[in-house]
Amino acid sequence: MKFMKAAVIGVSLFALGGAAQAGETFDAVKKKGFVQCGVNTGLPGFSIADSKGVWSGIDIDICRGIAAMVFGDASKFKATPLTTQQRFTALQSGEIDVLTRNTTATMTRDTTLGLMSTGVNYYDSQGIMVNKNLGVKSATELGGAAVCVQPGTTTELNLADWFRTRNLDFKPVVINSPDEAMRSYVAGRCDAFTTDKSQLATMRSTLANPDDNVILPENFSKEPLGPMVRQGDDQWFTAVRWVLNTMLEAEEYGITSKNVDEMLKSPNPNIQRILGVTGEMGKGLGLDAKWGYNIIKQVGNYGESFERNIGQGSAMKLERGLNAQWQDGGLMYGWPVR
Amino acid sequence: MATNASPPRPKRRLSWNDPGVRSFIYQVLILGIVGFIVWYLVSNTLHNLAVRNISTGFGFLDREAGFAIGESMIDYTPADTYGRAIWVGILNTLRVSVIGIICATVLGTLLGIARLSKNWLVSKVASAYIEVMRNIPLLLQLFFWYAVITEVAPGPRQALHPMAGVFISNRGLKLPSLAGDGMDWVMGGLLVAIIAIVLAGHWARKRQEATGRIFPLGRVAVGLIILCPVLAWLISGASLALDMPELKGFNFVGGITLSPEFAALLAGLVIYTSAFVAEVVRSGIMAVSQGQWEAAGSLGLKRSRVLRLVILPQALRVIVPPMTSQYLNLTKNSSLAVAIGYPDIVSVVNTTLNQTGQAIEGILIIMAAYLTVSLSISIFMNWYNKRIALVER
Repeated sequence: MKFMKAAVIGVSLFALGGAAQAGETFDAVKKKGFVQCGVNTGLPGFSIADSKGVWSGIDIDICRGIAAMVFGDASKFKATPLTTQQRFTALQSGEIDVLTRNTTATMTRDTTLGLMSTGVNYYDSQGIMVNKNLGVKSATELGGAAVCVQPGTTTELNLADWFRTRNLDFKPVVINSPDEAMRSYVAGRCDAFTTDKSQLATMRSTLANPDDNVILPENFSKEPLGPMVRQGDDQWFTAVRWVLNTMLEAEEYGITSKNVDEMLKSPNPNIQRILGVTGEMGKGLGLDAKWGYNIIKQVGNYGESFERNIGQGSAMKLERGLNAQWQDGGLMYGWPVR
Repeated sequence: MATNASPPRPKRRLSWNDPGVRSFIYQVLILGIVGFIVWYLVSNTLHNLAVRNISTGFGFLDREAGFAIGESMIDYTPADTYGRAIWVGILNTLRVSVIGIICATVLGTLLGIARLSKNWLVSKVASAYIEVMRNIPLLLQLFFWYAVITEVAPGPRQALHPMAGVFISNRGLKLPSLAGDGMDWVMGGLLVAIIAIVLAGHWARKRQEATGRIFPLGRVAVGLIILCPVLAWLISGASLALDMPELKGFNFVGGITLSPEFAALLAGLVIYTSAFVAEVVRSGIMAVSQGQWEAAGSLGLKRSRVLRLVILPQALRVIVPPMTSQYLNLTKNSSLAVAIGYPDIVSVVNTTLNQTGQAIEGILIIMAAYLTVSLSISIFMNWYNKRIALVER
């Protein structure tokens, strides 16, 4: 059982030596020669392994970016698939170095779990999907509905909050496995299915008749999804934070995995700093000057990663929406590499 | 001549050769080691949690839970505390366990007797049932029953409506319920009936021992159970109304619900466990030798009384201890509920420990809950076992 695994990881906290201290994660990662990322057990577009065991997704790209930054080789990572229940304990106990698993950054997680969010690589929101033949146009018409939901995330809370504030009644049906939860929805046990909208889009695309289901316009929540590290190693935190920022900056300045070699000759000082042509940006991270070049060359910029995994180049065909660059009206705003 | 009955006790000396001293030292040592390991684990855990800035303690139980629970035996809203949410989960676990244990015992006993039947068809059907059901993993059976119930039953708008107030759909079985002030009186009447039956049982046994006359306790008990609540309600003159379920919007309102999750879990647990119970019952009956039947028969006892007075007491001695294990298994297996969405303790604590991040406390609560329930069952069954055990003289 998944739950038992969570229990085992939890209990492993009993046995760990009391040694893990500040600054150690970065050194330990460099020493063992690869980065251990906690990832989703299988969410197309975010992190999923193909039939050969090769991982892909925008979360995986962050993990590969970290590997490229630290080792100059994007393949030097290992993925640990984790359920929603296992993920925090795995990070807390040191089983993984970084959590890149479509995880919502919240205050509780930053304050009581001993974790830190390093940024947002996908702005999501919780939505709700219903069958077309219910004739529902808005979630406000769902009073009294049975709603299938998966446990162990903020999803259950958002759902209850949203209905509570509108004085609407609902019956949650909480089912652990995503497949079983989806089957119950398709079988009509629930009137509606709720999770993050990106996941709804993915799950809908796998149904026999995707067009029979509509995702209602309401947003139940804000879901800033991003990587997390445990507290206590600021250097490691900084490294993970700047992988994403570098990918965003690269997109903004038009550096792609294809043109990165030509861009080395670019006169633009921003591009020169990102690619390590001038300045010593890597030094502060304890890395060589090529760190930015390696990320972009091997993983690509944020836009490339998005389109390849969840955008127009993928089966999901999600719009950029909130995740567009800030000049295009989105929320993606890379901090300056300077 | 010395008349001392016992030789003078040798003076005790602290010597390794003294077995008493040796075993004392061993025990102190073992206790010390165990104590040290426990202390080490606890203090190390607390230290690790503190170093990682993970908050600890059970303070979260008083905080607002914020999540909804699908079915509950007590009033619960998301505005209630985590403590109450967990209590809801415990009650849900108890509900499915108690009903499951009763049903599995009845079904299992019937199957066990059926397997011993001289009727070829009956005994083969029972054997086949037992062999199939106890050899399929319970989790698979749960998925199977849940899929059957949700896929086969119609939606709420096309619900089957066999009689007034009864609806069958993939939202569960809807039944009318009793409501109104009269309910308290009815419950009071039921309590009176139960007390009366217990007293009557005592009196009947005393009388039978004294005079040999037999009192028809069974029929009287049935009469009391029906009569007392009805009388109490009539005397009180209080109102009692049927709360009829009706389709409103997406779902039914009013009445009581047997949810598909509960039904699937109960079906799975009962069908799986009854196969084991059947074998336990069969072994118990087969353990009583044929001579007992014949001896009792030769005293002129009827077959039903032979079974009740002679065979069953002896069979029970064999049946009860393994039956305890089956009851414990059923209770613990109910934690598989999380797979099909029944909000039992594991499911509720799962959500709780994810919202609060307090995994160790959550798991401790689950362990404490199961331990309490299991030990209670154990204590009750051990007491019952002692009561029915053969008194050797």
